[in-house]
Amino acid sequence: MSSSSAITRATLRKDLRLEWRSKDAINSMLFFALLVVVIFSFSFDPTAEESRRIAGGLVWVAFLFAAIVALNQTWARELRNQVLDAYRISPAPANSLFLAKALGNFIFVSVLEGLMTPLFIVFYNLRAVGPAYELLIVAVLGTWALVVNGTFFAAMSLRTRSREIMLPLLLFPISIPALLAMVEATTSILTGEFSAKFWIVLLVAYDVVFTTGCLFLFELVLHGE
Amino acid sequence: MKRSFTLLAVVTGVLLSWGLYGALIAAPTEQTMGDVQRIFYYHVPSAWTAFCLFFVNLAASIVYLAKRNSKADALALASAEVGVVFCTIVLVTGPIWARPVWGIWWTWDLRLTLTLVLWLIYVSYLILRRFSSSGQTPVIAAVLAVLGALDVPLVYFSIWFYRTQHPQPVIGGGGSIDPRMLHVFFVNLAAFSCFGALVCWSRYRLEVVRRQVEEAQALESLLEPRGSR
Repeated sequence: MSSSSAITRATLRKDLRLEWRSKDAINSMLFFALLVVVIFSFSFDPTAEESRRIAGGLVWVAFLFAAIVALNQTWARELRNQVLDAYRISPAPANSLFLAKALGNFIFVSVLEGLMTPLFIVFYNLRAVGPAYELLIVAVLGTWALVVNGTFFAAMSLRTRSREIMLPLLLFPISIPALLAMVEATTSILTGEFSAKFWIVLLVAYDVVFTTGCLFLFELVLHGE
Repeated sequence: MKRSFTLLAVVTGVLLSWGLYGALIAAPTEQTMGDVQRIFYYHVPSAWTAFCLFFVNLAASIVYLAKRNSKADALALASAEVGVVFCTIVLVTGPIWARPVWGIWWTWDLRLTLTLVLWLIYVSYLILRRFSSSGQTPVIAAVLAVLGALDVPLVYFSIWFYRTQHPQPVIGGGGSIDPRMLHVFFVNLAAFSCFGALVCWSRYRLEVVRRQVEEAQALESLLEPRGSR
């Protein structure tokens, strides 16, 4: 157990350092999300009341599309110099590699969300009517839901032609309940009309089910031949 | 094997023509909906067949992951393809029926949304199979099928709650069904189940033969250079 968590930490540290030096993923995600915000903002030009209703959807769609950019780079980075093959040969457990990648992506997407949220508030004049601290819970659970499946499907789409297109095609259909939960929870909190409790419970269930499922099946995908 | 296939084909033909006669002529016209209600005899059996085929796909995928049996993978492929076809029939006949009866083409109803999401998942499954390199296709496709099955209860609960939160048109409702209608419905249900099984079976046989041919060709191309020298 301790050795596998050491491998997770080492891989995570390596990925963070790579990202810190190149800033490839975070820059492209940030700019992409910024474009989505700006385009949505002037194509709808909502009033404060309207924007509260639609912001949940807009925010998460922007984050989802932006996250695809980071997720696509997760494993592509390891293909250079046959790093992934080295992983396959090494006795290191596949799951600790998966966890490291998922945590790395979680950190990238969380940073993106932290930087983008003020922009959203500015462009859409947002102010939560419901309890605002719940937004933080929704963000953490929702981001993990996207990232855990995204990391898994990115590994799966490595084995396909035109893998950059393949990832969203696999990720979006499966993520529908999570997306619905994130969007509805955010909208409920912003408008204060409904309680977000059920959606948060659903997100927890989604996270637990898919984290377990991905950890069980990842070894098959990594070694799948 | 071959004889039971022919037998199934004959039974399917008889049941389908009986069902067609029943649905269009023998069944009484529904009081409020009129003739458009006859879509029911195709819509619901197609949905049933599609869901059965998706279930077969899941079972075959699990068997493949456990035993690495190539025939299980061929069955998974066949059932997914045929299931998507039946699911498409459901999604096309549904709005045609809904428009005159509910006044809308589509609503985010529990059953409708669940069917749509299943269709999306299985289309992505087929795209994955098409795009992946041959040696790894069965494993990653089976993994996707398992994850898709994990998704179904979550979709169910999310839509169920979504529906209670938003106003919806009233669908279904009480009222008793004429026993003659029920009779025609069950004939069609049996007919479509047999039809689905028949198409899936022939697709499965085709896939098995295709793999055998591929293997034979690969073997031949390995042996040939030595023979020609």
